[in-house]
Amino acid sequence: MAEATALTRTAPDRSAVYAWLQAYGVYAGVAVLLLFNVAFTDHFLSAENFRTQAVQVAPILIVALGMALAIGSEGIDLSVGSVMALSTSLVALYLGWGPWTALAAAVLGGVAVGLVNGSLIAFVGVQPIVATLALMVGGRGLALVLVPQLEDVRDPGMRNLGSGDLLGVPYPVLVTVALVVLVAFTVRRTTFGRQLLAIGDSRPAARLAGLPVRRVLLCVYAASGVLAAVAGFLATARLQASDPTSLGTLMELSAITAVVVGGTPLSGGRVRIGGTVAGAVLIQLLTATLIKHDLPPSWTQIAQAVVIVLAVYAARERGKR
Amino acid sequence: MAAYALSTRGLTKRFPGVLALDGVDFGVRPGEVHALIGENGAGKSTLIKVLTGVYAPDEGEVLHGGEPVSFGTPLAAQRAGISTIYQEVNLVPLMSVARNLFLGREPRGRLGLIDFARMHRESERTLREYGVHTDVRRPLGELGVGAQQMVALARAVSVDARVVVMDEPTSSLEPREVETLFGVIRRLRADGVAVVYVSHRLDELYEVCDAVTVLRDGRVVHTGPLKGLERLKLVSLMLGREIGEVRAEGTTKFGGDHEAASAEPVLKAEGLRVPHQLHGVSFAVRPGEVLGLGGLLGSGRTETAKAVAGALTPSAGRVTVAGSPVRTGSPGAAVRAGISLLPEDRKSEGVVPGLSVRENIALAVLPRLSRAGLVSEARIDALVRTFMDRLRIKASSPHQKAGELSGGNQQKVLLARWLATEPRVLLLDEPTRGIDVGAKAEVQRLVDELAADGLGVLLISSDLEELIEGSDRVVVLRDGAVVGELTGDDVTEDRLMEAIAAAAEEEPVTEVPAASVPATSEDEGAPDVTPEGGGSPAGQLTPHDGESAAPDPLSAPQERKETPHG
Repeated sequence: MAEATALTRTAPDRSAVYAWLQAYGVYAGVAVLLLFNVAFTDHFLSAENFRTQAVQVAPILIVALGMALAIGSEGIDLSVGSVMALSTSLVALYLGWGPWTALAAAVLGGVAVGLVNGSLIAFVGVQPIVATLALMVGGRGLALVLVPQLEDVRDPGMRNLGSGDLLGVPYPVLVTVALVVLVAFTVRRTTFGRQLLAIGDSRPAARLAGLPVRRVLLCVYAASGVLAAVAGFLATARLQASDPTSLGTLMELSAITAVVVGGTPLSGGRVRIGGTVAGAVLIQLLTATLIKHDLPPSWTQIAQAVVIVLAVYAARERGKR
Repeated sequence: MAAYALSTRGLTKRFPGVLALDGVDFGVRPGEVHALIGENGAGKSTLIKVLTGVYAPDEGEVLHGGEPVSFGTPLAAQRAGISTIYQEVNLVPLMSVARNLFLGREPRGRLGLIDFARMHRESERTLREYGVHTDVRRPLGELGVGAQQMVALARAVSVDARVVVMDEPTSSLEPREVETLFGVIRRLRADGVAVVYVSHRLDELYEVCDAVTVLRDGRVVHTGPLKGLERLKLVSLMLGREIGEVRAEGTTKFGGDHEAASAEPVLKAEGLRVPHQLHGVSFAVRPGEVLGLGGLLGSGRTETAKAVAGALTPSAGRVTVAGSPVRTGSPGAAVRAGISLLPEDRKSEGVVPGLSVRENIALAVLPRLSRAGLVSEARIDALVRTFMDRLRIKASSPHQKAGELSGGNQQKVLLARWLATEPRVLLLDEPTRGIDVGAKAEVQRLVDELAADGLGVLLISSDLEELIEGSDRVVVLRDGAVVGELTGDDVTEDRLMEAIAAAAEEEPVTEVPAASVPATSEDEGAPDVTPEGGGSPAGQLTPHDGESAAPDPLSAPQERKETPHG
């Protein structure tokens, strides 16, 4: 009997452990990396370093927010990296009218791509992965047509946005924080957010409940497009250059990693914004740690792969009994 | 007496917060059909899953042929000769019928390639025994649910099973298919196979089972031969209530008829056509009336409800609510017009399983509970509290995931979602299928109350008793067209079966099915006229009143057994 009782106790515990891992493992990962760096990395605990890390993580995180919405609706948005490229091209083209005009152009470009994605998915019924793949290819093509090669961006306003700060907090970080709060609020407190989760969890049920499924999906991809465009704008401001060939390449994968590692299931119906933030930070810290300890960049990719596998494993084990 | 083919000793299974099985001793002998019954949440499904290797028990053991076994996986159980037929068909819809039947044990020819000719030949022969006549090369998904169930059964049995576990095998079968199934079960019994039979339908148990085990709250409350066990006693064992109580309340919770004859229709469907599915269906529901939709599986009942609710886009036809036309093909438009559909497939089209009970209830009314797109949590809480109380939804808290609830409670959550929208018409597609007796009664009582409050109700049910007792009027469908209507005193099981049977004799199907129908698209004006010319106002007629409750099986259990119904 005693043995059986012991078995009883371990069985739910295992699943509970994985549930905990899926929900909070990413925070634990961040904490471990932080402690490791505090102990073994020189000058890690400097304000300057934190600023650098935060500025670098900003674009990934902003893109990941949109990705979290897409994944929460049981979709995915592969076009985000190309939207960043398109964004930087539009910035180069419209900067003559000032940074705000350039930002508006970039955002409009993002909305346009998002609406095309959303229309293909919601009205034509194309699978998200296919629709956004098309835009991923086409978007970068368009960006390169607009701005064929790297252009320097010399604008004091832009430079200020990219490198300036308010009370020591860089503008890109402020923007990122604001967007995180906005998206988290949207997911939790708005009709749109609730409807998005319902659609992601069970689209037929949501449709029969009379929810505006198409409109919501359209908005999801438009939002993802806008967020990617803003990320592209901020990256351009920081780099002082518009480089549609390379800006945002593989960004979709980083964003998906951040979202998945953060505990948002790919099966939809759930969006974890806090986890996504931690996921993006984890990837950033991982990269920074490996670089600081003089490991080649290829190691970063391998480390990322390991993290992804762990995250997916935890999610899968959690579902088991 | 023969030893058990499969049995359990002191089986206990816990889930977080729930004791699903509590020291269960259960056994089924070779050549015995053993009914396993109980309300939802009694532990039937868990017991089956432990028996078939899906779950490992926390305490106690499973004995197979007298030896303790632990299967670990369903495959191991299957290899040991224990086959399971689940309520939902567990096959591959895109593969052909034959491939499904032989999945994993395909006949091989030379070079180890699949011998398709042999496979198809054998499939056809096997399936004919199960009353399925179809092209076995077609994808399984194209077959009706009933036929798919038969394929699943044929598959389970043909793997040389010594124990067959059937979890509500008849829930999506037609009466004719049920007969075929019973034939198969009797043959299995003759072959010495042990059958565990789970069902909510008492008639079936008495028809086919030898022994019965009643579970309640994870415990065995009764086990023994079925013969001589009074039906009423069985129900009272399941419910844990006294016999007098059960007798007083009957089996279905439907009251009498509703006074609706004079009012203008709240819902009118005219000439609804959906390619290959509906060929001009017209009917009208008046406020306060329960209109039954009768017909066999595949006659277009579900499609009719879906076309009205916008889930299917009709190629022609009109839907009006209280005289104003509703845009067809849009569930949103239908919901706004006050049409609510409780879908047949509540697991995939009804509840949103990952969201909480609270979110599920509030889902359809979110815009109304929000200002400028911002959800008001306080208003949702108030709404959810009201409906959870009113419908007596049993959940550990409003924040429990809807997917974790029992079938009956899921159905109540769906009802709550729709009632929150203050609908004018409620379309109920198999509202009590697969839910336990207690919840069933509550749902039925609720439908009655709602109709009394002036809601128009369309009721679809393959449970004839429920359809007859619940409906004031019944429109009979066949092959996607209205072929008859029962009103007043004609609303009886016999007349309904006559109407269906009469229609069925008109084979072959090639003629235009709508030809003999009073209410087709050419004749939209009079959807209410009865073909039999009965035409008596439904409001004055009571097919059964409290005293002479003839269709109530519980007051006459002995007679009931003999009644050849379905």
